Amino acid sequence: MKKVIMGNHAVSYGVRASEVKVISAYPITPQTHIVELLSEMCAHGEIDAKFIKVESEHSAMAACVGASAAGSRAFTATSSQGLLLMHEMLHWAVGARLPIVLANVNRAVGPPWSIWTDQNDSLSQRDVGWLQIYCESNQEVQDTVPQAFKIAEELQMPVMLVMDAFFLSHTFEIVDIIEKEQVREFLPPYTPDIKIDTADQHSFGNLAGPDHYMELRYMIQEAMERGLEVIKRVDREFEEIFGRGYGVVEPYRCDDAETILVNSGTVASTTRAVIDELRDEGVKVGSLKIRVFRPFPTEEVFELLSKAKKVAVIDRNISFGAHGIFYQEIKSALYGRTDIPIIGYIAGLGGRDITPKVIREIADKAIGDENPERYINWIGVKI
Amino acid sequence: MKAPRIPMEELMGSGHLACQGCGATQAMRFALKALGPKTALTIPACCWAVIDGTFPHSAVDLPIYHTAFETAAITAAGIKAGLEMRGDNETTVMAWAGDGGTFDIGLQALSGVAERNDDIIYVCYDNEAYMNTGIQRSSSTPVGAWTTTTPVDNYKREPKKNMIDIMAAHSIPYIATCSVAWPEDVIAKFRKAKEIKGTRYIHIFAPCPTGWKLAPELSIQMARRAVTSHVFPILEITENGQKIEVWKDFEPTSVRDYLKPQGRFRHLTDEEIEGLEKDVEQRWQRLLAKEKMMASIPGME
Repeated sequence: MKKVIMGNHAVSYGVRASEVKVISAYPITPQTHIVELLSEMCAHGEIDAKFIKVESEHSAMAACVGASAAGSRAFTATSSQGLLLMHEMLHWAVGARLPIVLANVNRAVGPPWSIWTDQNDSLSQRDVGWLQIYCESNQEVQDTVPQAFKIAEELQMPVMLVMDAFFLSHTFEIVDIIEKEQVREFLPPYTPDIKIDTADQHSFGNLAGPDHYMELRYMIQEAMERGLEVIKRVDREFEEIFGRGYGVVEPYRCDDAETILVNSGTVASTTRAVIDELRDEGVKVGSLKIRVFRPFPTEEVFELLSKAKKVAVIDRNISFGAHGIFYQEIKSALYGRTDIPIIGYIAGLGGRDITPKVIREIADKAIGDENPERYINWIGVKI
Repeated sequence: MKAPRIPMEELMGSGHLACQGCGATQAMRFALKALGPKTALTIPACCWAVIDGTFPHSAVDLPIYHTAFETAAITAAGIKAGLEMRGDNETTVMAWAGDGGTFDIGLQALSGVAERNDDIIYVCYDNEAYMNTGIQRSSSTPVGAWTTTTPVDNYKREPKKNMIDIMAAHSIPYIATCSVAWPEDVIAKFRKAKEIKGTRYIHIFAPCPTGWKLAPELSIQMARRAVTSHVFPILEITENGQKIEVWKDFEPTSVRDYLKPQGRFRHLTDEEIEGLEKDVEQRWQRLLAKEKMMASIPGME
């Protein structure tokens, strides 16, 4: 059944279809609609889950940790300050190898207070060990929830679904709603072998000396390295049933492109429109959307970008004292394998709109600048 | 206190990592005798995070989930929800935290759990300081005590936080205090708590000879004197916080006799001890008055 729904509600429908058993969350703008609808779905019996309405995001993740360790599928949603408050427990979920799924609505971090989008909240969690998938449309948001659970449960790793505040969270689009009966075939019930169980006792997470700790970290990295193949396979399996797949990256008119604009989230839609415009004018440009950020699709990125003559990376985030964060990742993926210039552009922080004009400006600069020296270029700063 | 039958079965082995005379270890042993094998535990950062043993060993024959410092209560609530959603409604889930993890860093999550009346037993084993990190003051450290962050020339001036009143203010179905000096009482209270649904808070007074600068063989004696000197009252609060019953059936002893064997109070002058005695007596009288007052409310007689 098709419905016109907001991005936040697309998450809720995805959770409903995934037969989540424990939900725990705390309200924060612009995420709140996700858990409001989930509360209603639980209250009306549309979801057979316990909803623990906690007093903080830190507790929301701790509740998910407990529930997941007890063998139940667990979900939470948050944004910005809430994600940052969770930070310690994000690490915990990884170390404990718990397949929790979290939807994070990208919102700028204060101060000053901002409720509008940028990616510094989720990207500042880059190194905790969560898989991160950046979504572009409401349909993709909904479909990514069951995909995320399937990936998480296979890898025994938590997965973060990431989406732009307002540009996606509050935007209404047509979504083909998936139902649990259809999804069950794709995502069977979660039945882990090892869990908190009085009939099969284990002690989880107790003090591990230097003799053991490093091996456990090695195994987390190993899971991450397997991750891309699992994500691709899960995406194919989903596509076979539902007719929709998303890939780990999404190239657009890259084949003969001399300049490729790298982007993520809702910026991708706008970029594609600008690419069409430029192509009509005879300019050889393409777009590469990064959907999966962790594990980073290094080979896919290299293969697509190495054919170009120039790469421009649009970052709606900044690593202060360094560069845009996607820029760093792209540079790292291409390091030592190609000489093409990679230029970084910072745009759209704190929800400033990245319009076709802004992307056009980035494209013009990238194409026009024969010898770019600055690897961090701010777009539209009024200073 | 009526003596219950104490099961022979041990759910905790002797191969743990506690110090000699550790009250927290005895507290666990008694609690588990009462709760039995259908119990799952979660333990935050505290002495018990170490006492249980290092990977791959565990001193307890039950599932134990080690969790972050401030999350014992909510992790337990999450575990309970997770167990119930896969059809296990029987297992008792117990959060087992120290005073730092309860009075200080874990208070917010505990308050959340208690307000929602999540179905867990929360235990605070109270040794009155951050003992695992090497004896730093917590908000449970009593006035007058030395710790490594309250040195003798600037000993703790602030009274111990009244955790029991805080929990009673949440209107939870069961609150009890007990002491490792009375194992039968500890066991009876855990048995009672096990049969109640909702958030149950049990506060066990558990001496730490290492942190209190006390001879390990005096651990139980100090646990007993804390009660008989009225420093640590034994009580039960039921009827969702409305009914208090204070245990008074013992020969009172002096506060001085409680303080003197403990190195952490060695710097106190006679005058200061007298001041503390006065404080303890006033708090005891307030508690008795409250017990009486609460019982006088129509419907609560």
